[in-house]
Amino acid sequence: MLNLRLERREVTPEIELIATIVAILLAFVIAAFIFLIYGINPLYAYAQIFGTVRKAHRLGEIITKLIPLLLCGIGLTIAFKANTWNIGAEGQLLIGAILATWVALFLSVPEFTRLPLMFLLGFVGGAAWAFIPAVLKSKLGTNEVITTLMMNYIAACFVDYLIYGPWKGAEEWGFPYTNKFPISAWLPTIPKTRIHWPTLIIALVSAVLLYFLLTKTTIGFELRVAGQDERVARYAGISVEKAIILAMIISGGLAGIAGVGEVAGVHHRLRYASSISSGYGYAGIIVALLARNNPILSIITAFFLAILFVGGDAIQVSMGLPFGVVNIFNGIILACLLTSEFLAKYKISWR
Amino acid sequence: MGGNELETVVEMKGITKRFPGVVANDHVDFDLKPGEIHALLGENGAGKTTLMNILYGLYRPDEGKIFVRGEEVKIRSPKDAMELGIARVPQFPETVDNLSVAENLALLLPGKILRKNKIQSMIKELAERYGLELDVDAMVYELSMGEKQRLELIKALCRGAEILILDEPTTVLTPSEVESLFQVLRRMKEEGKSIVFVSHKLEEVFAIADRITVLRRGKKIATVPAKEITKLELAKLMVGRPVTFELKKEPVVFGEEVLKVNNLRVLDDRGLLAVKGVSFSIRAGEIFGIAGVAGNGQRELVEAITGLRRVEDGEVVILGKDVTNKSSADIIKLGVAHIPDDRRVGAVLTLSVMDNLMLKNYTNFSKNGILDLRKARELAEKLIEKYKIVTPNVNVPVQQLSGGNIARLILARETSGECKLLIAFHPTFGLDVAATEEIRKLLLELRRKGVAILLVSEDLEEIMQLSDRIAVMYRGTFMGIVDSEKAKVEEIGLMMGGVKPET
Repeated sequence: MLNLRLERREVTPEIELIATIVAILLAFVIAAFIFLIYGINPLYAYAQIFGTVRKAHRLGEIITKLIPLLLCGIGLTIAFKANTWNIGAEGQLLIGAILATWVALFLSVPEFTRLPLMFLLGFVGGAAWAFIPAVLKSKLGTNEVITTLMMNYIAACFVDYLIYGPWKGAEEWGFPYTNKFPISAWLPTIPKTRIHWPTLIIALVSAVLLYFLLTKTTIGFELRVAGQDERVARYAGISVEKAIILAMIISGGLAGIAGVGEVAGVHHRLRYASSISSGYGYAGIIVALLARNNPILSIITAFFLAILFVGGDAIQVSMGLPFGVVNIFNGIILACLLTSEFLAKYKISWR
Repeated sequence: MGGNELETVVEMKGITKRFPGVVANDHVDFDLKPGEIHALLGENGAGKTTLMNILYGLYRPDEGKIFVRGEEVKIRSPKDAMELGIARVPQFPETVDNLSVAENLALLLPGKILRKNKIQSMIKELAERYGLELDVDAMVYELSMGEKQRLELIKALCRGAEILILDEPTTVLTPSEVESLFQVLRRMKEEGKSIVFVSHKLEEVFAIADRITVLRRGKKIATVPAKEITKLELAKLMVGRPVTFELKKEPVVFGEEVLKVNNLRVLDDRGLLAVKGVSFSIRAGEIFGIAGVAGNGQRELVEAITGLRRVEDGEVVILGKDVTNKSSADIIKLGVAHIPDDRRVGAVLTLSVMDNLMLKNYTNFSKNGILDLRKARELAEKLIEKYKIVTPNVNVPVQQLSGGNIARLILARETSGECKLLIAFHPTFGLDVAATEEIRKLLLELRRKGVAILLVSEDLEEIMQLSDRIAVMYRGTFMGIVDSEKAKVEEIGLMMGGVKPET
């Protein structure tokens, strides 16, 4: 009989780094079988995926996708630090997109205030969508994994309701889109790319600010204590409820901004929920976990995931692979990552 | 010991076990003879538990050999240990609380059917042989700690244990329960069982052991027959320097009333009344001791005073302010320090030493919400030096520190600031002689400075030594409040058992 023994060990940053790299490599090995099933040499497939970085137009796409991944990811690092498992970035992103659309199409305001207002309301919308499960968790003790996840479906259905129903565009020949945004609601892009740079700057600055918030401020200290140990936090007079709610507001708000960026920078209209976000909110979980909840490291991990998104799209077309391959790959990474977390904490031996 | 030719049942030779940053056992030799009680004595972090975990198969030694009944063995798991007849009675009973005694025992027996008759006769036999009486129908959650431990002993015997490891078995027991445990152990010894008694309490070791092995910082210092050594000599071996057992308590003029508790009623986690109308007050410079066996409402009382638990009825007044059902943050602001009984409540184990040292006063290091980490580090380093906290640096997570050092860290944080009222709940629980002495001295020092101290402890000696007045808590009420100078140990012992003093 296989006799496994576990011994707890000290988790140093080196062990964490090794565990993360091993997790990614292992995911590549497991995913290789999917390519083999389709009769494709996995090494060739990986070369194609990562080869995208070297092509200028692909790199532009990678950075375009990095924007929502980074915004969702850094928000989630804060939520996870507060021990709140926000699985709802996807829905929070969509609510941000809805409110931005409302400002873009239906609100009469001076044109120069339109974009700033879209960002503002996008943040508020995402934050409000996260606030509901945060209050439910801190006051009633409901499980936030369930509530945030369920609220993703509500948000997605609400988007679809709007584009099929009241917001269905008159100029769109019956397609389920809203009308195109006026030009004043378009984000500027870097020429020849779809990189809506204002959102990129917001994301990068937020990453640095959140790192500062976590490590150098009293709020960050309270978040870390409350996230690590609720009992000690109460004993030290630190409000766990406040920490949860604050972390969720930041997390949801940043996801909301990601939604604003997608509609104002890429699509210029509201459309199917699945077109607005190809799972950025879920992939953001991997961004945060790969970065070990470090907002600055999230820039690197978001870039990595963006490569997978773009590279995955590329090989879907060139190799005739089905649409779900990238999602399968992301799922495998997540599973490997969670396993590696465990392996980093314990030394395993067997006889 | 009928006809047993073996010299030793267990022999551990040159056992070495290293953990990251420490050598827990450094070439330790230990042996156990048939029919003896061999005490393993040492301060916290001396390596007692590590050595016994190796014998029980929980850890594997990096070096060294183990012989059981003369044969070299490799013990890879508790299952291996049990097959060799080695059983461990854990410090905190590991019973299934929502099953009955019989059901707990049935879990050990082969077969899937609950054979109550068999269990009944088994217990009856054990009761006759060792004095281990227990009601088989009782639900385990109804049992006292002493009874649960008895269940653990029965479990060990049912598994056919010949060699018993008792790790700090008296921690959870009342004085009378300790005495009955000792009687059982003596009977077991007469029946030829071999017992390792792990402890850091000198009195107990003297009362029960045949031989004593002293460990200090992972090394074996000596093995001596109990009859050939005095308590002081032993303490010296254990600590590595002479120990004073006397503490000087200077007379102090009490100041203003700092804490006033009026007819307090508090519920426990199950929603039952745990504190049933308790009233007392403490003045500046006074140590008010609450004696009593754990689980008589002390925790609920402390939590209610510190704002961690809702007060149902009555009031708590600190420095003239009504703080009944105020938040813990508000109460901390008044200068209330709190050393909790569970160290895992007093420190975030995964955060660094520095983070933990600023856990309560981190706002002092902030300017507009931004922390001055350099200042915090300087203060942390000062506290580490002053309170002799042994740690590689201020950035290591607290979980890498030994229990005694975590206790020092909490004490450093709680007593270094502006403290008006200190609530010390089992402040020396599980600490070694040297650390205990230091902490008691520190409490007296604070008393001299005019801090009002609420001392809750199960250690009667500690309560008697430090307190100015003593209350005995039993089932949620005070059995009485006595002046410590007039108090007699026997009288307090009786009150701890629920007997009212005759007045």
